[in-house]
Parts: sequence; C-alpha cells; structure tokens
Amino acid sequence: MANVELTNVRKVYGSSVEAVKGINIAIDDGALCVLVGPSGCGKSTLLRMIAGLESITDGTVKIDNKLVNDLGPAERDIAMVFQNYALYPHMKVYDNMAYGLRNRGMPKDQIDKRVKDAAQILELTQLLERRPKELSGGQRQRVAMGRAIVRSPKVFLFDEPLSNLDAKLRGQMRVEIKNLQRQLGVTSVYVTHDQLEAMTLADILVVMNAGSVEQIGAPLDIYEKPASTFVASFIGAPPMNLVPVTADGSGLVLGDGTRIGAEGLVIPGNGALIGFRPEDLEVSAGTDTHAGGLALDLKVLGVEPVGAESYVYGMVGGERVVVRVPGRSTSQTEDHLRVIIPADKLHLFGTDGKRISSE
Amino acid sequence: MVTAPSVILRAGLFTNGTFMASSTRVTFPNKLLPYVLLAPQLAITAIFFYWPASQAIYQSVLREDPFGLSTQFVGLDNFRRVLGDPNYLNSLQVTLIFSVATALIAMALALLLAVMADKVIRGKGIYRTLMIWPYAVAPAIAGMLWLFLFNPSMGTLAYLVRSTGYNWDPLLNGDQAMVLIVSAAAWKQISYNFLFFVAGLQSIPKSLIEAAAIDGAGETKRFWTIVFPLLAPTTFFLLVVNTVYAFFDTFGIIHAVTGGGPGKATETLVYKVYNDGFVNLILGDSAAQSVILMIIVIGLTAIQFRYVERKVHYG
Repeated sequence: MANVELTNVRKVYGSSVEAVKGINIAIDDGALCVLVGPSGCGKSTLLRMIAGLESITDGTVKIDNKLVNDLGPAERDIAMVFQNYALYPHMKVYDNMAYGLRNRGMPKDQIDKRVKDAAQILELTQLLERRPKELSGGQRQRVAMGRAIVRSPKVFLFDEPLSNLDAKLRGQMRVEIKNLQRQLGVTSVYVTHDQLEAMTLADILVVMNAGSVEQIGAPLDIYEKPASTFVASFIGAPPMNLVPVTADGSGLVLGDGTRIGAEGLVIPGNGALIGFRPEDLEVSAGTDTHAGGLALDLKVLGVEPVGAESYVYGMVGGERVVVRVPGRSTSQTEDHLRVIIPADKLHLFGTDGKRISSE
Repeated sequence: MVTAPSVILRAGLFTNGTFMASSTRVTFPNKLLPYVLLAPQLAITAIFFYWPASQAIYQSVLREDPFGLSTQFVGLDNFRRVLGDPNYLNSLQVTLIFSVATALIAMALALLLAVMADKVIRGKGIYRTLMIWPYAVAPAIAGMLWLFLFNPSMGTLAYLVRSTGYNWDPLLNGDQAMVLIVSAAAWKQISYNFLFFVAGLQSIPKSLIEAAAIDGAGETKRFWTIVFPLLAPTTFFLLVVNTVYAFFDTFGIIHAVTGGGPGKATETLVYKVYNDGFVNLILGDSAAQSVILMIIVIGLTAIQFRYVERKVHYG
C-alpha cells in the first residue's frame, strides 16, 4: 500500500530529445491511474521511469513518500506486467511466479503458500506445472498477473498488458484486472493507448500527448469536459466532432461560408472550434430550432450500421462529422439532415486547441 | 503407394506451384523438378563425402605397399592392429584432451566476450567486426602466428614468458605444446562462437531481463538463471560444431605449430591418419583409422543429440 507522486519528471534522451516534459501526477493509495495517449507520447517511458528501468533526467519520483530516483527496480518494491508478458520461457508457471520470491530469500513453505494462493485467485492451479509456451494468450496474461501479485508489492505497473489479446479476451481480462486491483487494493499505474480501456479502468485518468500531460481527472469528467481538442478527439469513439467557426458582425460563419444562428454563443475574434460528441446530436425533421442549442445542416456521406446503433457520416460546413443514432438509420447518402446540438452538450475550443470555459 | 514428391519449404517462399493453405508443405506440379533442384547438393555430397568415405572403408580392409603395386585383402586385420597399438590409444587420449579443452575454452571466452559486447553501446559494429576477423585467418596461418609468438627461440611472447623465469619450451615439453595448440585452435574458433552468442543474446527479449531485475535478481543471477538457460540452443549447437571443429579442422594448426610433437604429445587422431597414411605410407592402417574416426564422430554427435539436447530448451 502506497501512494505514488511524480514531481516535474523529465526524460531527455541524448542531449535534445525530450520524451517526457515535466510531469506532475499524484496517485492516492489504492487508486488505479491510467496513462493514455498515442504512441510516442511518453507514457511507457514514464512508466519505466517509475519502475526504475529508465533513468530519471530531472524531477522526483516518490513511492510511499520515499524518494526512489536512485533505487534499482528491485528495491522499489514494484511489480510490472509487460506487454509481451515477459514470462521466463524455460521455467514452469510455478517457477515463474516463485522466481521473485526466491530471489528475495523467502522460505520455501511461504513461497509455496503464496504461489498457490495467487494461482487460486487467478484460476491457474491446474497450470502450475506447464511451461509458458503450453499456455494460451489469456493464460499467459494471468501468469504475468500472478507473478506480480505473489510479491504483494507496493505498486503494480501495467505496460499495455492487454494489447496482445483478441478483442473478446481483452474485454474479459479488463474486468478481471479491475476487480483484482480493487480486491487487493494495490496502487496501480496502467499504460494503454486504448481509450476504452482507459475509460473503464481508471480511477484517475492521465491523457498524455507529446511528452506532456494534456489533462488529469476522473474518466467521466474528462469525457464530459475535455480540456483540449486533443483530449476531445482522443477520448471517446467515434471521436468528438470539431468544426471551425468564425464570427463576423452579424453572426457565426462555418468554414464553407454557411451562416448559423446561435444565440448566446460568444466566439473569440480569431475564431474557434465547436465540438460535439456524435451521441449528443439530435436529428430533427424540418427546420426546427432549439432553444439555446445549435442547429446545423448535415449532408449525409454514408451510413455504417454496427448493430445497436448506426454511425451517420456527413459534412457540416465543409468538415466531416459523425452522428450516432440508435438502431437502424433511415438516412441515405446525399440526404440532408437537420441536427441539433443542445446547448449544454456544446464544447468550445480556442484556435490554440484549449477549451474555452463556458461558465 | 507413390505420392507426388514434395518438399517442405517456408511459407511464402514459393508463390507458384500448388500451395496448400495453412501448411508449409509445397507440392510441385512437376515430379522431376524437386530432384533436379536437389541434384547439385546431392552430387556434392556424393562426390566429396560418400565416395571418399567408401574409398576409406574399402582401403581399410586392404594391405597395400606404398607404391600401390601389390594389394591384398586382409579383412579386419588393419583394425585389430590399430586398436592394439599403444600409439593409437595415446592419440585418442590426446584428441580427447585437445577437443574438450578447445571447445570449452573457445565457447567460454566467446560467451564472455559476447556478453561484454552486448553491453557496448558506442561503436558496437566496429567492436563486433574486430572480433570476427580471426575467423578469416586460415588455420595454417593462425598456427604460424602462434608459433612465431611462442617459439622459444624467436617468439616475442615466448621471450617475455621465459624472462619471468618460467621454462617455456613447447618444442620439448608436451604439455606446453598442448597448451599452445589449444590456445591457437580456441583463438581461431572464438570469433565464430562469438558471432552466434551475440545473435543468441540479441534474441533474448529485453523485457525478460527487465522482469528479472524487477524480480530482484542481480546481474550475475540474471545471467545464470535467465540468460544462460535461454542461450542453451545456441550453446548446444556450438558444442556440436566445436567438437567437430576440434576433431577435424585443426589439422592445419597442429601441422604448423607442433607437427604432432614433441614425441607424439600433440598427435590427434586426424593428425595420425595423415602421418601414417601420407608420411609413413601405411595406407591400410591409415584408412582403418579414418573409419574408426568416422564412427567416433557419428557416435559423439548421436550422444550429443540424444542426451545433451534434452537439456536444451527451445523458447
């Protein structure tokens, strides 16, 4: 049990490549923190710095209020689950899990008890005598988890642990990881590029981009109030629609010159981006307007039925947007739809990509 | 039952021909083609291996005078005489000591160098290239290099050794002669082993080493519990190759450095085959020795595959 505190953590490769640019994150005891971002955003580097596998150029990493900058990975009392699981191929499942305990000189009977307990929790009891190559992907994943939990470390580190599994198994393991983490109450840092994994697992979500933190917060808070266009388009699938607007004397103008009526919407002089989630749009017949909302004309480019819902792709003011409608969609290509964005679902971003606070 | 000839190939190597899905077996439409493709390799094997080998077996049951004027069938007499010859048994012992020492030293040093080279970050390529050069030196030349370095009367390093007061004289001392040829033979083979160990080390995922580090294993422990076991396939392969090397490919070195001497202290089986056959012209004995040598190597390789390979874990 421990908290994790990163203060101004930086990582510079060579003399100029700044992979991580001064990051501050505080993770409470027992919380699951997810670092999410596109490839190359520095999330894995940051995780490896917490693990002690990568040196820290600048700043401090504290685990359980203790500075660990200069400690080796073994002395930090962490356990890590690797993307490729990193199981020792020449050892049986039992030995894979016991290896870390043996290295720490734990008595044999205690090792045995711990390994068997962990195997019980992860339903690996039948597989203890097998070697990793005789296991399926999901089972290997469990062994990797088992190897982490037998040690009862202060912190679990997960480096994209589910990305090698197929979609179905991934969903299943996601739930298991979440439950296990809750049950054991071990502070965890989880790296992923999958926004769905990030949303569902995180107690605290850290969205990273190009070595910096874009936003930290509870997943739903981030979803509802993305701090930047980057976060808006990264979190949520399909991503948030972003349409540039400018203001002139008489109202708002979209990129292709379409005028839209919007009472009460104040746009900075140099223009802005209006953002709206695909599911927040109301498709309406005729030429209704909506009190306080924004009505837009959409020209349908195509419809993708995915079963429970359909994605209607179209153009608004010269920009591609997507609308999520429940069930089947009756829209056809070339149709014109009138879509309404309720005022409270409208996001406004400056041209610098930062959110313009509506309150 | 006659089936269409087929050859196992890597998937994707052949795009024409009948390609059976989800299998790497390629069936050739033309029945003759596979044999034509195999012919060059088979011809080389037949001409340079089976033919000389059968000649050796044939000669091993004959007694011939050095000029080949009279030939007499003697059955297994040659074998009896060779196996009863104390010189032959001495040669067997010399070979064992030489081979084990050469293989062990060549592999151990190569592994050490490969592990160290793995840690080099700057100039990795240059370092590796330099390490590989000795392999390009012909055996006889390698032997001469070592001879010049350690010859008691003119060798630079021999001079240094002698100046410490140690009585270095491989021309008279059989053990020292053995040390010299083992060093030369191992030195030449290190490059080859190094190359394979470097490749073996590179194929071990970094994350395994990191996982072991997190699991609290220090560097030495990591090497012996993770790296070394995972190198087992490479080590096993090299064991077979090095044994065969020490048996057969070191003739040039021995010939150049000691000529089998002093006395018969460094006369290996292969060297004795040469000596008896081509120097002393006892063709029957020499042929019988080659046949025995062949059997020894077949047996040795079989044992290695049968017993040692069981300990090998292919990842």
